[in-house]
Amino acid sequence: MAKLETDDHVSHEMGLHTEQLTGRTQQRFFDLEESDNLLYPEAPDVDFNKRAEVDAAEMEISEINLKIRSLMAEGYGSIVIKNPLARHSLGVGILSRLNLTFEGSLGYFGVGLIDGPNVRVTGRVGWSCAENMMAGTVVVEKNAGSTFGAAIRGGDLVCKGDVGSRTGIDQKGGTIIVGGRTGAFSGFMMQRGRMVVLGDAGKNLGDSMYDGTIFVGGKIEDLGVDAVEGEMTELDKAWLERKLKMYGLEAPNGVENMTKIVAGKQLWNYDNLEPSEKKIVL
Amino acid sequence: MCGIAGIIHRNGAGDIGTEMTAMLQSLKHRGPDSTGFAVYGSAGSNEYVMRFMVAEQEDLTKGYEIHDEVKRRRAEVDKRLTGLGVNITEKVDATEYAFRYRFTFDGDMRKMADFVEDVEGTEILSLGSALELIKDLGDATTVADQYKLQGFKGTHAIGHTRMATESDVDIRSAHPYWAYPYNDISVVHNGQLTNYWIMRREMERKNFRFQSSCDSELIAVYLADKLESGVDLETAMHQSIDELDGVFTYLVATNDSLGMAKDVMAAKPMVLYESDDLVAMASEEVAIRQVLPQEIDTVDPYDREVRVWRN
Repeated sequence: MAKLETDDHVSHEMGLHTEQLTGRTQQRFFDLEESDNLLYPEAPDVDFNKRAEVDAAEMEISEINLKIRSLMAEGYGSIVIKNPLARHSLGVGILSRLNLTFEGSLGYFGVGLIDGPNVRVTGRVGWSCAENMMAGTVVVEKNAGSTFGAAIRGGDLVCKGDVGSRTGIDQKGGTIIVGGRTGAFSGFMMQRGRMVVLGDAGKNLGDSMYDGTIFVGGKIEDLGVDAVEGEMTELDKAWLERKLKMYGLEAPNGVENMTKIVAGKQLWNYDNLEPSEKKIVL
Repeated sequence: MCGIAGIIHRNGAGDIGTEMTAMLQSLKHRGPDSTGFAVYGSAGSNEYVMRFMVAEQEDLTKGYEIHDEVKRRRAEVDKRLTGLGVNITEKVDATEYAFRYRFTFDGDMRKMADFVEDVEGTEILSLGSALELIKDLGDATTVADQYKLQGFKGTHAIGHTRMATESDVDIRSAHPYWAYPYNDISVVHNGQLTNYWIMRREMERKNFRFQSSCDSELIAVYLADKLESGVDLETAMHQSIDELDGVFTYLVATNDSLGMAKDVMAAKPMVLYESDDLVAMASEEVAIRQVLPQEIDTVDPYDREVRVWRN
């Protein structure tokens, strides 16, 4: 069983003084082996060398999801879904290790509530991809819709193209990487984790963020309430280099020229303030 | 929630009736109450097409005399049109209560529209040389079959599947809306306008009429007002983003253009596919895939984005 401990020192060095990286679904940035060993009690014992292909063109959404489950129960660890045809809610609720490939595009709520699988989407994804994702990786080769990675708690969520608005809204952990541009209100009410945007960011970036870090390689239209520029550390740069390399991405102007956005932590203390002080903050 | 969709062929006409039916049918889950189409065929020389209804579908289930009443209303419309010098060249009974007239007319079109709509229960759904607006209760296939829309050839179309929220389930509250009294302009909308009543009163003071209490009608009337004052469509749409308050994505079509606009929050969805031959857009990509089943590259337009395409 994996050891569960906090990475407080790492968090502090990256300027996240409140972050407690505990629990199986929280991001373990520097110990990939640990997350490999985390399994639910009744998780299927899959073999990554056992591969299945499913042509989903004529299948209902529920049929496709049930087919994935039945293949996992039979031990298939690498599953390819052909012709997803941008339909909604595919690949949701997978709570164990699996190599899952969608050859095509997903609609809304694709691969939500997952905890462990490695997913690749060769097309684009609609709204709310990987919502509440807990662990694993999701790599989208083309563009993504709005609320990409809403409320994710862990894992790596990567879109190599452009993403809509409210990316990582309510992000609670994990890493979101956007290869292109992200829309307005990205990082809204972010609470933990990291977001990396290699292109431009829309208005109100990081609005009302409590914690977490946003790195932007392009232009930022404007910052939201209580989002401020932070100081880029050597650890930040090393982490960015490593993370981007993992997914074959590069910061257009180098990671050293990216802008780091963190919480100003005026709203962070909101609950502790007297009513009169709240007025000053707001 | 509502679903909206648009399609424009950039090099001539396509099978837009069948295409829009398939797109809207795939969006049924976003709004099962009513479905509407604004399809643009080839404009006839000096001819206009008017789609109008003299009763709601629901009215036909009430009372024994409604069928005679519907006939009386239609006869009154015919009488008024003839009286104004309208030369009707073709009449099609789409249903017992909804009709399609083709006609020539050299007079004041707004006066004619007002005179027709003065007949009890009568509403002009569309008026123009290219636009035909069809809307009724039920899903896309039901409405398309009812109005024989499958196979309609044209250059572009917009459509809507409605989930009724703040107004009734009836044809009057269904989208699209014709931009009265501006020929050939129609609008579909997904969202809520929060300054509806302020804007509506402003438009009513300018003598615009509202047939429904649906906020989406305001967008059509708003754009008609701008266009009447000489503002071009794209500029009017940019202005709408600042002047219409709320969350919205809307599509507007004219006799040769199709446009989309998104609000300052980008809160309502839109997926867009663009090629040299065809532009298709919808609330969900699954609708676009009904006409382009192969893998395609699509994007989500951003906040404050306005796009206009011409055929």
